[in-house]
Amino acid sequence: MNTPDLAKLIFGRLTLEAIPYHEPILLGTFAMVAIGGIALLGLITKAKLWGYLWKEWFTSIDHKKIGIMYMVLGIVMLLRGFADALMMRAQQALAFNGNPGFLPPHHYDQVFTAHGVIMIFFVAMPLVTGLMNYVVPLQIGARDVAFPFLNNFSFWMTVSGALLVMASLFVGEFARTGWLAYPPLSGLAQSPDVGVDYYIWSLQVAGVGTTLSGINLVATIVKMRAPGMSMMKMPVFTWTSLCTNVLIVAAFPVLTACLVLLSLDRYAGTNFFTNDFGGNAMMYVNLIWIWGHPEVYILVLPVFGVFSEIVSTFSRKRLFGYASMVYATVVITVLSYLVWLHHFFTMGSGASVNSFFGITTMIISIPTGAKIFNWLFTMYRGRIKFEVPMLWTIGFMVTFVIGGMTGVMLAVPPADFLLHNSLFLIAHFHNVIIGGVVFGIFAAINYWFPKAFGYKLDAFWGKCSFWFWLVGFYVAFMPLYVLGFMGVTRRMNHFEDPSLQIWFQIAAVGAGLIALGIGSFIIQLYVSWKRRDELRDVSGDPWHGRTLEWATSSPPPDYNFAFTPVVHDSDAWWQMKEHKAERRTEGYLPIHMPKNTGAGIIIAGFAFVFGFAMIWHMWILAGLSFVALLVTAIGHTFNYKRDYYIPAEEVARTETARTEELANHV
Amino acid sequence: MSAHAESHDHHDDHGHDDAPHSTMKGYMTGFFLAVVLTAIPFWLVMDKVIPDSRTLAVVLLIFGAIQIVVHMIYFLHMNTKSEGGWNMLALIFTLVLVVITLSGSIWVMYHLNTNMMPGMTHDMTQQVKNLP
Amino acid sequence: MSDMHATSATGAGQKLQFWMKEDHHPANGTLLGFWIYLMSDCLIFACLFATYGVLGRSYAGGPSGADLFELPLVAINTTMLLLSSITYGFAVLEMQKNRKGTMMAWLVVTGLFGAAFLGIELYEFAHLIHEGAGPQRSAFLSSFFTLVGTHGLHVTFGIVWLITLLFQVGKHGLTAANKRRIMCLSMFWHFLDVVWIGVFTFVYLMGVLP
Repeated sequence: MNTPDLAKLIFGRLTLEAIPYHEPILLGTFAMVAIGGIALLGLITKAKLWGYLWKEWFTSIDHKKIGIMYMVLGIVMLLRGFADALMMRAQQALAFNGNPGFLPPHHYDQVFTAHGVIMIFFVAMPLVTGLMNYVVPLQIGARDVAFPFLNNFSFWMTVSGALLVMASLFVGEFARTGWLAYPPLSGLAQSPDVGVDYYIWSLQVAGVGTTLSGINLVATIVKMRAPGMSMMKMPVFTWTSLCTNVLIVAAFPVLTACLVLLSLDRYAGTNFFTNDFGGNAMMYVNLIWIWGHPEVYILVLPVFGVFSEIVSTFSRKRLFGYASMVYATVVITVLSYLVWLHHFFTMGSGASVNSFFGITTMIISIPTGAKIFNWLFTMYRGRIKFEVPMLWTIGFMVTFVIGGMTGVMLAVPPADFLLHNSLFLIAHFHNVIIGGVVFGIFAAINYWFPKAFGYKLDAFWGKCSFWFWLVGFYVAFMPLYVLGFMGVTRRMNHFEDPSLQIWFQIAAVGAGLIALGIGSFIIQLYVSWKRRDELRDVSGDPWHGRTLEWATSSPPPDYNFAFTPVVHDSDAWWQMKEHKAERRTEGYLPIHMPKNTGAGIIIAGFAFVFGFAMIWHMWILAGLSFVALLVTAIGHTFNYKRDYYIPAEEVARTETARTEELANHV
Repeated sequence: MSAHAESHDHHDDHGHDDAPHSTMKGYMTGFFLAVVLTAIPFWLVMDKVIPDSRTLAVVLLIFGAIQIVVHMIYFLHMNTKSEGGWNMLALIFTLVLVVITLSGSIWVMYHLNTNMMPGMTHDMTQQVKNLP
Repeated sequence: MSDMHATSATGAGQKLQFWMKEDHHPANGTLLGFWIYLMSDCLIFACLFATYGVLGRSYAGGPSGADLFELPLVAINTTMLLLSSITYGFAVLEMQKNRKGTMMAWLVVTGLFGAAFLGIELYEFAHLIHEGAGPQRSAFLSSFFTLVGTHGLHVTFGIVWLITLLFQVGKHGLTAANKRRIMCLSMFWHFLDVVWIGVFTFVYLMGVLP
């Protein structure tokens, strides 16, 4: 065997050429990331934080810490995904009248693909999962999730997926196919480079994590509710989380299967989605949307729960129509599997198929509409407090209704034939995802931050963030509706018709306003941390909440509740307050808790290496890392001592400190 | 795969381990039924008992469905009570989705093929051949 | 709705208990969690079946199921899997009687039947590829190999897990944790059986119909 062959065996297709030093934008980004990264690593090393991070965070199986880590991941990836958005808006505002703009098509296509992939899989999903992870066990009065180790492992798998996407920025390139990588464009013939492979493996690795965390939270909600909490006494956020995780467990396998078939086409030369040998590219589109439509509800159902909690808390009223809210959620869960074809009406399945899916799509807007009315009736005659979470909620209700209505327009197949693939569609789904999911996540962060950290977020900067986002959203996306009606299609690198330019320039201004909104949010975090002593909340219940998470201290102790609460009502904590239920301050028992473990991060690390090796066809490394992954996973099952007891004295010490703190402050 | 078994060992030693209790009789009944329900379809196809393909296909699917139910009851110990009914609920939900995925995909793609690529479908090739 | 009435009925007068005095252990969720995992796995197979259903007649001028499938071989294969199922059942029965040795023996027998199944399947695959009917030949063969191969891959993982479990039971005995693992693998194994029913009915038997 001669040298080039050996190099190929070890490095696969990876050569120095793969590093894009000839592209100034990427080089600049790389320099910034490298300098920032080295500075961060240096600071951590200098402050001797590695041991702390490893012991207290990376290996932690505490659902609260994992939840926070998910949120951090989501926010970091938001910055990356939003940078992509700014580049797109700038490119489209400039590239008129023969001006090619600053992004060549080759690069621009990667940018819009990365934007979509990152925003859905590595921003919205981690943020939503993080929220559920943090809040659900507290709301149901549990001490942790059903499978704490799996929870840690799921998180690190998501991180590995995100790292693969980030790696594509500096080693090789990302897919140029759009966020769902339709074949035949994503097939080997049209995309022979590593872009689509990065796409496949980052989603597969992260997908394992998502599916497992879905299983985990379903089992948690089913099995670990506090005594007395029947299904119809669960808080609404827990209900929507349950339905979300059911959807995750049922939908993500479809994505996995679909991507497996695509990778077989690319790696093994099969003919599922190819143009010849009997393959059918539309089967991919069909399969991926069977996952894709439930995914939309995976993102939006949890935030429906968030809004339900916030509306009733800040209106000081029990949620209007609890039962109808639950039924609406369940109906949406089931119906979300019956609408997938509306994403490709134009495929040409004919009138019968299209009308079936058009009608189911219109039907699914009914339970969603019912929810809006429930929130409105909850606010009606309530004593509404316009705190920041409530502002986001009202902003959501207005914006989301508009997005929902444009959605119903798209549900009409003949109208869809005109609007398909146009900027109208882009405006529509940003309208529901920003107006729904993003607003909901910011509402939730403002709402639960004091629970997680013990102090409220600064209201002034919170309001700045809200108004910049709200106004920015409308300025950025209303022009796209207009352009969509004019027939402008999505994913265009440059335009010929100069009369369109003004709309793109307005949209770019909107994106700038949203940037200010994100900036304000980061300032809000910093300012709040600076002012943490003024903003401190000792009560554990800063908003006069209604559900169990407010019954414990902020931040909650490792074990969440010294005594397991007994539930008699869907607003359990509110009822406790009404009954003047006293905190138990004696008779502490040792508490049984799971132990931290490094297995999750190690296995996920191997998964990252495996994914990277597969992308670059480094078969030896791929084989080794897969074996290592398997051996570590099996090795972990030989560890039977996974739990310990927090001694009663320690519980007593923590709880007594809390009692004193409460006495000093009330 | 085997990373699923988690901790909390001590609790279900005393009481609430609701793992189903299996019996010899149950397993043997299941096995007997499974053998019969496997043998008949193979015999039907291998000895070409039913000449009409369409009828035979329906019969095969029915046998398959029955055998799946048999396995669910006797081997997987499915009943409405295990895990407080959640197992059954999960199963029914999954079956609904399986049916939607299978029949939906086939329906959608069949219509696509007949509408968009009339020359490519299996039946059509025959017709093309028969053209003058 | 009924919950709200229930609340008002309890009224403020009664003394409700709001905190548990005693230790509270929620029931173990492993078996349920594993069942949910199986359901998600089931949907992976649903997609592969759907793909086979859509592409299963796209021969691209190549061989069809009627040309390729050897039903006697499939029948032997099915027998292996069925036998492995009942022997796993025997292992579970022995486990319930806390008889570690015989339990492990039955697990070994199960594993052997599983291995025999895999061997026959690999022979079939090798034979097909040798005849020029590999997964690259047509969309029909792509979906056939992927569906059957994915099932085979699951059986392989099942055997790896089974061996792991033999070591664990050998080392720690029939503890509660190990019994739970045996029950999880039992569900996994029987679940693969159920999938195989779908495979031999939908792919092999219906595949050879004219």
